[in-house]
Amino acid sequence: MSEGNGQLKLTAKDFKSDQEVRWCPGCGDYAILAAVQGFMPELGLERERIVFVSGIGCAARFPYYMQSYGMHSIHGRAPAIATGLSTSRPDLSVWVVTGDGDALSIGGNHLIHALRRNVNLRILLFNNQVYGLTKGQYSPTSPVGQRTGSTPMGSIDQPFNPLSVVLGAEATFVARAIDTDRKHLTEVLRRAAAHEGTAFVEVLQNCNIYNDGAFDPVREDAPNRIYLTNGEPIRFGPDGEKGIVRHVDGSCTIAEVSAVGEEALLVHDEHAEEPSHAFALSRLTLETVGTAPVGIFRDVQRPVYDAQLAGQLEVAHAERGHGDLAALLNAGDTWQVS
Amino acid sequence: MTKPVEQVHDVVIRFAGDSGDGMQLTGGRFTSETALLGNDLSTLPDFPAEIRAPAGSLPGVSGFQIHFSDEDILTPGDAPDVLVAMNPAALKTNLRDLPKGAVLIVNTDAFTDRNLDKAGYAANPLEDGSLGHFHVHAVALTTLTQEAVKEAGITKREAERSKNMFALGLMSWLYNRPTEATVAFLERKFATRPDIADANVRAFKAGYNYGETSEDFAVSYEVAPARLPPGRYRNITGNQALAAGLVAAGAQSGLPLFLGAYPITPASGILEELARYKQFGVRTFQAEDEIAAAGAALGASFGGSLGVCTSSGPGVVLKMETIGLAVTLELPLLIIDVQRAGPSTGMPTKPEQADLLLVMFGRNAESPIPVLAASTPGGCFHAAIEAARIALKYRTPVFLLSDAYLANGAEPWLIPDPEALPDISTEFADRPNDDGRFQPYLRDPQTLARPWAIPGTPGLEHRIGGLEKQDVTGNVSYDPENHDAMVRLRAQKVAGVASDIPELAVDHDPGAKLLVLGWGGTYGPITAAVKRVRAAGGKVAQAHLQYLNPMPRNTGEVLRRYERVLLPEMNLGQLLKLVRAEFLIDAVGYNRVRGLPFTSAELADAIEGML
Repeated sequence: MSEGNGQLKLTAKDFKSDQEVRWCPGCGDYAILAAVQGFMPELGLERERIVFVSGIGCAARFPYYMQSYGMHSIHGRAPAIATGLSTSRPDLSVWVVTGDGDALSIGGNHLIHALRRNVNLRILLFNNQVYGLTKGQYSPTSPVGQRTGSTPMGSIDQPFNPLSVVLGAEATFVARAIDTDRKHLTEVLRRAAAHEGTAFVEVLQNCNIYNDGAFDPVREDAPNRIYLTNGEPIRFGPDGEKGIVRHVDGSCTIAEVSAVGEEALLVHDEHAEEPSHAFALSRLTLETVGTAPVGIFRDVQRPVYDAQLAGQLEVAHAERGHGDLAALLNAGDTWQVS
Repeated sequence: MTKPVEQVHDVVIRFAGDSGDGMQLTGGRFTSETALLGNDLSTLPDFPAEIRAPAGSLPGVSGFQIHFSDEDILTPGDAPDVLVAMNPAALKTNLRDLPKGAVLIVNTDAFTDRNLDKAGYAANPLEDGSLGHFHVHAVALTTLTQEAVKEAGITKREAERSKNMFALGLMSWLYNRPTEATVAFLERKFATRPDIADANVRAFKAGYNYGETSEDFAVSYEVAPARLPPGRYRNITGNQALAAGLVAAGAQSGLPLFLGAYPITPASGILEELARYKQFGVRTFQAEDEIAAAGAALGASFGGSLGVCTSSGPGVVLKMETIGLAVTLELPLLIIDVQRAGPSTGMPTKPEQADLLLVMFGRNAESPIPVLAASTPGGCFHAAIEAARIALKYRTPVFLLSDAYLANGAEPWLIPDPEALPDISTEFADRPNDDGRFQPYLRDPQTLARPWAIPGTPGLEHRIGGLEKQDVTGNVSYDPENHDAMVRLRAQKVAGVASDIPELAVDHDPGAKLLVLGWGGTYGPITAAVKRVRAAGGKVAQAHLQYLNPMPRNTGEVLRRYERVLLPEMNLGQLLKLVRAEFLIDAVGYNRVRGLPFTSAELADAIEGML
């Protein structure tokens, strides 16, 4: 993604398209849309250089509401389509908007491969742990036991932990935010935008129709959120009385700071090359500990696919000149017939 | 003492051996020598999908057939005049194709009890008199090779591996082929192992000299250069021609070429070839799967590249979802289907023409797509440019069909002049098109193509997607009348391509009441069969479709000119269905699906049966 010129005077309003927003009233997507539109001017890019690509699902309607270029594509394929766009157009800022079914079920393969390649993309996964657009079937992030239209006796599927999955897929930037926590979400978007390579952001998003209240312990109860701050011991609770400790087996648990002492707390390191730190944090979930960390789990540098591909083209130009079609056609053994 | 040289006009040689015997390399080199000499030629590599089936086994046999002549030829030949069999399995699997009186050169060293057993021979065919109908040359190829290369200082195993070059040398002597290019080739190929290069050159020369000195070979043969149209030639396979055609399409459109591909036989060669052309600004993306390959190509098209996918049937089925999206997005996308025998995995290295109805109709709902088919290996070059032209001009996905026979078969190719290639450039939208507004689906009244506004163009920001769109604005619409209109518009746009392509040409024969209609890779065998029938006095006309959808505007009129229409296809009658449905013509099919190209003899029989 290219740097903006910093001279633009755009506002959130400039990023609102003329299309009527058609999510259900009360959907968490409204808050995310507002946060993204509010953040966009900070990119410092002209609107024409921003592209939103989505797949299928409620979240995938997002591009229609953004006054930028956009494509509402097919189920799960947005990372693949965005990969072709981003690698062939390094001047663009390409954003993928996806959901838990789109990204982790039908599109799981595309997601993990975009991440391992480190394509220059920002991927926003709106996780509501349910299929909303198809009216409430369980998703690959639904907890075991969740009763939905397709699981009347409760889900028996072990769910994916989205952050654990993407960390396993060699993601270089991994973050989580909450739909209604606009200030923090905006900060996460800012960091994601600044990252070179694939930035993956899980947004905990409430589906008030089919899975209302799924994230209430952190969404409704702010003191329960574990905000990650780089370089600082990880603490939370109304008075910071709880913290995270890491054990010799690599796992993390929650402890009372008064019982273990502040020095025993895990100090957050976004830039740890070794992904096990971020992975251990990703295992702290509503299901395991009743709360969840939010913020930047991991932010490391690795060569970016787009730049490397462009680099190979430059090397080829430098070594072999700009392609000569006549030479290509005449390659190998040739002979003259007169 | 120099042996006598006989002039012959037309020869078919088949090299057959174990997958590890290097038969494809041997055939390829003989082809190059033959091309340099100026014969017309056509080749048919025939190899198993397994890289190395168990040594000496029947499934592990790999063959390469070359037909060369002093006149214009169209096929790799129906039956070999000469079979080089490197082991008993190669003899067993190829003998049935060998006519009486043919020459058979066998490597006697490979006829061990163990190898005979693997090939299912109860007795040694070299000794039981069963080869009495053939001129057998029993040559101890392995021993002679090892003897020849012992100075090269390589291992016994490495020495043994040079025996294909001994065979090549012998055949090069037998048909008086030029040898310098092969020596240079070997030195280049094994540049990092000069000892191996030396051994291969020694084996090659020893084979050549063996022909010269052995009493087993009394005469050698010469095939004079063919009278081809003047110009500079090279050998080219269909896949090479497609790769070159795609690079040319990029150059002629002024757009960067983006290839999304996933390895699949027999299309992978195009990906590998294009990956070497980065100096042309070609981006090749080996995707995680066939779906992503199509998706990435479409994403690149959205961004203003010439997006291309290369695949084969089993991959194409996976791409159809994305291609359907391209239909409704109305963005250019070129999909090349190098057809292979199926269903399912089928026979990956063998040709078939059974994807026609797949590419025509294999998508949900009304999603018409232009379809073209290449007819010859060299013809793949111009077909790629033409398919790209239609995709760009009409903002539509386009299918180009090739097959495993065209992909791997080689022929001499008159190298085109880049200056003479068509301009296929197109224009991006750069300003509002409707009173200060930009309407992404406001169509060109002539072509019905919509404007192509790429990201980065100020003021034309717009959203497109797979949901049905309102005519003109492109906004999501569920309006019944609008949907009906949009379905018809997309169909009209594709049908309209018919006004922009050449009429179907007929090679008419005065008095002919029978027309042979073909499409795709059967062009060579059909044309050869027609020639053969005419030479025997039969009256037959021929036409070959390069455009399957839409078909040339005069197709119906051409078909109605003849009392009978014969339609040979390597499927169970797919174009036949289309022709009958479209034109109400009672055409007759000739259908074989053996994973091998038609022979001109069988087609000549079929034609004669209908005269």
